[in-house]
Amino acid sequence: MSQTLAAENREVPDTRSGASEQPLVQVQDLARYFDVSPPWLNRILENEPRSILKAVDGVSFDIPRGKTFSLVGESGCGKSTVARLVVGLYQPTRGTIHFEGVDMATLKTRKQQAPVRRRFQMIFQDPFASLNPRWRVAEIIAEPIRAHGIMSDDGQIRRRVGELLEQVRLSARDGEKFPHEFSGGQRQRISIARALASNPEFLVCDEPTSALDVSVQAQILNLMKELQKELGLTYLFISHDLAVVYHISDYVGVMYLGRLVEWGEARRVFFNPQHPYTRMLLDAIPDLEMTGRQRIPVAGEVPSPIHPPSGCHFHPRCPFANDRCRSETPQTRDFGEGGQVRCHAVEEGRLPPPGESGALTAGRDLNE
Amino acid sequence: MSDTERTPLLEVRDLRVEFPTRRGTLVAVNGVSFDIKEGEVLGVVGESGAGKSLTGSAVIGLLEPPGRIAAGEVRLKGRRIDNLPYREMRRVRGREIGMVFQDPLTSLNPLYTVGRQLVETILTHRDVSEETARKQAIDLLAEVGIPAPERRIDQYPHQFSGGMRQRVVIALALCVNPKLVIADEPTTALDVSIQAQIIKLLKRMCKEHGAAVMLITHDMGVIAETADRVAVMYAGRIAEIGPVRDVVQNAKHPYTHGLMGSIPMIGHDTDRLTQIEGSMPRLTEIPQGCAFNPRCPHAFDRCRSERPELIPVDDTRVACWLFDEGAKKAAE
Amino acid sequence: MAEMAREPSQQPTAPELTLVGKVVDGWSRFLDSDVFYSFKRSPLIIVAFAVTVLLILGAFLAPWIAPHDTTNMASLNLMDAFKPPAWSVGGDGSFLLGTDDQGRDMLSGIMFGMQASLVIGFASVALAAIVGTILGLISGYVGGRVDSVIMRVADVQLTFPAILIALLIDGIVGSVLPRNTAEELTYPVLILAIASSLWVNFARTVRGSTLVEKNREYVQAAKVIGIHPTLIMVRHVLPNVMGPVLVIATLSLALAILTEATLSFLGVGIPSSEPSLGTLIRIGQEYLFSGEWWMTIFPGIALVILVLAVNLLGDWLRDALNPKLR
Repeated sequence: MSQTLAAENREVPDTRSGASEQPLVQVQDLARYFDVSPPWLNRILENEPRSILKAVDGVSFDIPRGKTFSLVGESGCGKSTVARLVVGLYQPTRGTIHFEGVDMATLKTRKQQAPVRRRFQMIFQDPFASLNPRWRVAEIIAEPIRAHGIMSDDGQIRRRVGELLEQVRLSARDGEKFPHEFSGGQRQRISIARALASNPEFLVCDEPTSALDVSVQAQILNLMKELQKELGLTYLFISHDLAVVYHISDYVGVMYLGRLVEWGEARRVFFNPQHPYTRMLLDAIPDLEMTGRQRIPVAGEVPSPIHPPSGCHFHPRCPFANDRCRSETPQTRDFGEGGQVRCHAVEEGRLPPPGESGALTAGRDLNE
Repeated sequence: MSDTERTPLLEVRDLRVEFPTRRGTLVAVNGVSFDIKEGEVLGVVGESGAGKSLTGSAVIGLLEPPGRIAAGEVRLKGRRIDNLPYREMRRVRGREIGMVFQDPLTSLNPLYTVGRQLVETILTHRDVSEETARKQAIDLLAEVGIPAPERRIDQYPHQFSGGMRQRVVIALALCVNPKLVIADEPTTALDVSIQAQIIKLLKRMCKEHGAAVMLITHDMGVIAETADRVAVMYAGRIAEIGPVRDVVQNAKHPYTHGLMGSIPMIGHDTDRLTQIEGSMPRLTEIPQGCAFNPRCPHAFDRCRSERPELIPVDDTRVACWLFDEGAKKAAE
Repeated sequence: MAEMAREPSQQPTAPELTLVGKVVDGWSRFLDSDVFYSFKRSPLIIVAFAVTVLLILGAFLAPWIAPHDTTNMASLNLMDAFKPPAWSVGGDGSFLLGTDDQGRDMLSGIMFGMQASLVIGFASVALAAIVGTILGLISGYVGGRVDSVIMRVADVQLTFPAILIALLIDGIVGSVLPRNTAEELTYPVLILAIASSLWVNFARTVRGSTLVEKNREYVQAAKVIGIHPTLIMVRHVLPNVMGPVLVIATLSLALAILTEATLSFLGVGIPSSEPSLGTLIRIGQEYLFSGEWWMTIFPGIALVILVLAVNLLGDWLRDALNPKLR
């Protein structure tokens, strides 16, 4: 179904050994359903059916080594669930995750998983909840080192923790403090240091800057980019902020109610958006340049993911929806300029060009 | 400022908000002064800890104890409102100042229908019959874009989605035509696609009902789209205040300048965002002189010892010694 | 402001604290904590704390500081029986609070009795806290069927009043075992009986906090790192759910002392040859209407003061540890 990203974007030069290299992470038809039914007795008494929340429903994408793939979407679209599936916090209902060609589902025991687990880590959204308040910072950062038996000598570990703290631009002496002595931005740095402690190659970042102020967000985004260059890291970046996503990503996927509706190379998605939802999201970004552009606010709101609309989930809000959209679920199709789109209208070629539908008329930036 | 013929609707002078704690008194808002003219939208922007929300709470008399107004005054249409007794302040709040908060659920009582809350508010402040009030409530709900208002009016807040709830809150804030609406992060809890709807609605409603707006937010994008003038706050003080175009596109204060540069923008391909080193100081350790001096790339000796007052530069006023004529000459 | 303060670090590694350093550091952090601040600020709690410490010291130092050794039958003199308190007519200076029907000094009796009450109280609370915390932690963290089973057992336990459980256990032990063995086992049986009525509180509270903590991101981070679930429970979740345990332990201590006194009063607890507050009150109340009021009133007052002081401490601790109430 999904060809590899790298194969489709041969024109994008790869910083490493070449575009034909196997993607570091491959996600195939990933799905996760949650049973959100009321308790058994209530169902019987109130005659309610079981209700299944399809948080993620058939998501496929690849992440080439050393690149950043971002998932963007509104609340309830399932982007955070994808992040948690990829790091193994949830078990998939369907689909596979390959890490360097190894199917994660074949690793059953903790022992088998350990060598792979060491190579990916996660950074969380809330810097105030992601550090154990009772532990000193040095112990927090040392935990992955000890857990994976990377080092055993205490002095060695202490030196490594000091290095890690300096790598995220803190002082080695901050290790003896407790998390509450730090600001939000500093805690997020500690979080990053902990994630780097096991020398991972792949970091899953779940809204790492959403809880931070803009000036601190800039610091963290800069740090993440620097670390990516220094250490050759691969990122899966989850965010609802399109501007942040534009800044950090090589590839972007747009999710809506559990489905990936469009993905591709970042500049392509931002300057030549295909799916009406992508266009709508781009149009909703406040205009900081004050060009006086009249934004067309999007109609309607995100429907409940428990009872999503039939056919294409987006049809009630889509100005281009027709009967086919209301009844038939669109399939993912390869898009000429790279990436994929899941939309009947795009497939049938009945959408106006992006600029005319009110989306960012930023083609000029591309042509310059 | 240009229109001197209009008297300001809201005048805030040297406002100082303090929090007595066991480790000493924290000054959360320090010497803040600004005006809002009739029908004007003033954006108050700043990062967390800047004191922007506390300024809003102080204006409407909703500071949570032990916080208190320690100095300064707040005048609404020339009348002092910062020292009013509780009951009278409550009348001012309902009738002359409307409120929209970040979380619509805190402004709506979950136990009453939306209609009852609207009708009660109208009846408290206006001499109309219950039927008229209900009719007005339905009209308002239609005006804020709630489909089938005749039916929805008898529903409870939890039956509305987040965006719809915020619409109801806006209707509630405007139902007795106040002269001023204080909106504290009205779009922060909403999805991106809904934010634009709500901002547009808030702007249109306030214009139609002739209300001025004090819009408190951390989101420069919202300010750029909505405000006429903007006040940038830092560590409890106003760093820069002026027409929105001047501040957003031609920021003068080094903090505002850095802040604008640190916002990622689509179409701007930079590898590194402008970075203001460090973070906002805690209230316990606000530096001497200009509060921004340890993070400021242009700081000189005077910034470290003497606190700058707002200095007029073109249409803007900036609390920065870089714009002090005397200092400029000395530098030359 | 130290966010970007990249001072030239003389020591490139994070310094290690010695044991003494840790203790000193911990103590200074305690003196600076909000809990200690709230303690300093409320005179009532300082008094309650002082009274509790005084009573505990008095009870456990009884063998050395009590004016008479009431446990030694040989030292008793029946001639001293029924002496009123020292300040009333017929009082004896060496028996400050009077004597009982066998000539035992009331003050010393209360001190030894309180020792028994406290030993049983502390032991049963410790047992209940350990069992309850472990079960609550497992119940909350593992969830599913394990959770259902543990919580249903707790529900059933809650439907029996504490006294009934204690009476039941005491009755069974008393009827199954020979009299001598049963008497030797008095303490363990009482502790078990009281603990079995107290653990539910611990289990429920710990389970509740665990449910909150296990979804916090630091626990998820530990899972992503690949830490074993048992280790996550012990090292991450447990330290963060201990606050409420401390509060419940304090409040339970008062309850345990009361339960012990009640059981002893009813005659199923500690045998009357060994004084406890409950037995003292029981013996005394037989003489209440014949004029020897001191025999029951003084142990009663001691019990009230002890329970009140401990309860006050518990209530204060609950408020002090709950930032929402401050």
